[in-house]
Amino acid sequence: MVSKVLTANRLADGISVWLDASGNWVESLQEAFIARHAEAVAALEATGKAAFADNKVVDVNVVDVEEVDGILRPLRMRERIRAEGPSIAYAPGYHGLAGPKNFAA
Amino acid sequence: MYRYDEFDHAFVSARVEQFRDQVQRRLSGELAEDAFKPLRLMNGVYLQLHAYMLRVAIPYGTLSSRQMRMLAHIARKYDRGYGHFTTRQNIQYNWPRLSDTPDILKDLASVEMHALQTSGNCIRNVTADHFAGAAADEVADPRPYAEILRQWSSVHPEFSFLPRKFKIAVTGAERDRAAIQVHDIGLHLKKDDNGKLGFAVYVGGGQGRTPMIAKKIRDFLPEEDLLSYTTAIMRVYNLHGRRDNKYKARIKILVHETGAEELARQVEVEFASLKDTELKLPDADIQAIASYFAPPALPNRAEGWGNLARWKKADDGFAQWVHQNVQPHKHPDYGMVTISLKPIGGIPGDATDSQMDVVADIAEEYAFDEIRVSHEQNLILPHVALADLEPVYRALVAAGLATANAGLITDIIACPGLDYCALANARSIPVAQEISNRFGSFERQAEIGELKIKISGCINACGHHHVGHIGLLGVEKKGAELYQITLGGSGDENTSIGEIIGRGFEPEKVTDAVETIVDTYLGLRRDKSETFLEAYRRVGPQPFKDALYGGGAQEAA
Repeated sequence: MVSKVLTANRLADGISVWLDASGNWVESLQEAFIARHAEAVAALEATGKAAFADNKVVDVNVVDVEEVDGILRPLRMRERIRAEGPSIAYAPGYHGLAGPKNFAA
Repeated sequence: MYRYDEFDHAFVSARVEQFRDQVQRRLSGELAEDAFKPLRLMNGVYLQLHAYMLRVAIPYGTLSSRQMRMLAHIARKYDRGYGHFTTRQNIQYNWPRLSDTPDILKDLASVEMHALQTSGNCIRNVTADHFAGAAADEVADPRPYAEILRQWSSVHPEFSFLPRKFKIAVTGAERDRAAIQVHDIGLHLKKDDNGKLGFAVYVGGGQGRTPMIAKKIRDFLPEEDLLSYTTAIMRVYNLHGRRDNKYKARIKILVHETGAEELARQVEVEFASLKDTELKLPDADIQAIASYFAPPALPNRAEGWGNLARWKKADDGFAQWVHQNVQPHKHPDYGMVTISLKPIGGIPGDATDSQMDVVADIAEEYAFDEIRVSHEQNLILPHVALADLEPVYRALVAAGLATANAGLITDIIACPGLDYCALANARSIPVAQEISNRFGSFERQAEIGELKIKISGCINACGHHHVGHIGLLGVEKKGAELYQITLGGSGDENTSIGEIIGRGFEPEKVTDAVETIVDTYLGLRRDKSETFLEAYRRVGPQPFKDALYGGGAQEAA
């Protein structure tokens, strides 16, 4: 089956976060806990519902990912951009997805 | 410009404190998301892909330097040093923390601004011609009427929970620079044969997934009937507009399904009962509001003519900028300056905090403290003496704000698209950037002439692609981005909806496709005076289809 991770936006600042293996919400997709079978996905979904109900995060979703050379890559571009930030140099010092983590293209 | 009275100050301050309490209760867990979401939306706070987004209202796009400096301050203090000016003449911040939003709103209130009704199924920010009060072709300034509508529609108890959002635009000239025919209500301020002011009233225009051109239901509505007639339209819509299907809930669908004639009849019935009520605008009230918008005293500055000729001769860049970005003012010694927020290869509509400060400084020193935001995502200095154009240009060059491309192919409207927006299916900004880079030379743009490209990252059409001379709509197909091209759209007094030209193009091919379209136009136009839109209307889509797809043009994707 397709691997999955749990993602959301943090309530207080709205920043995109992913659930790691310790149950913490972290800002890097690469640190996310990967569910590779149905039971693990069910656990992710239950954790997401609880975190939403506990007012820690909003817009909670389980999303499909693949692992390429040890790097997690969401299947949908929407999720790739959520993980890496805008693909454009939007402000001084930001280089979009031009750096080594470029996987939006 | 309009200044808050005591009521306005008290009202906006009370709303800030109300929202502060709501945010605190949300953060403490007392309020659940389902209960809080409509409250934050009422205050302009969205949740996007990466963070919250705050949309701040700029009524009819008019700003003072003090207000622009506050927008810069907010970008600097609470965001990431920039803001994005939108097609509704507003500004959006892409990274505010929810916990900071009450303080942001408090700062805005200190300069008579807010974020109310920038979301939700209510009457949104009323837009107007960005050259209002300055344009040589204007009958009268439309902004007093936009302000009257703003006051009337703010937290209007009857119209705060409409079937869907509702957008009104007002223009005061025959040349429509406010795209009134793609609004829920479009008002064209004009004079009748006796010189009396009133409006031609258009209803049921809009873009989105079902683009419609508005129908004129009144040729002349006397100005004193503005609120009673608008109320009549809103009542008919509020009663009969569809609430069962979000995609059929806008008034354009009601107009389409009811028929403009029947809808006009229903409006007239309502209007008859409202016409002589308290909604009738007393002349004294109109004059009182109009006095806020009295034009600045513009002293004669005839020396500008000679200076201008000399400066243009000495500096080609300046001459190009004046030719493209300065329009005639009603006072012959003045011009209306478009500050392009479309640098070649840049992000349409974005400005940094320091650029906003520079614009505020220039407006204060040279432009009577007045700034406008255009629905084409540029800034305007409406009153600049020709004698001051050179120092204004120098200051803009230093801030990276002097791109000479107003109305040209690189003056592209683009929504935030999938780089920010939770609704988007495809990116808009990188497409705009690549097209801008491809056509970046001034000489090439000038050769092509007026050509408006508009790009949306989803069918909601925030990038106005339906009325682009060339429109691009990003869709998601099999997990990848694809761009559908429409041709022949226009958002002016001869509004038309663009036609889909054929199957879509992958991101890496869309700029080539645009270039093919442009080259086809250059090859078939009668002469340089025939614009892209005129040529398209003359020859139709076939030559462009042939050029893009070969002899057998293919079906739309």
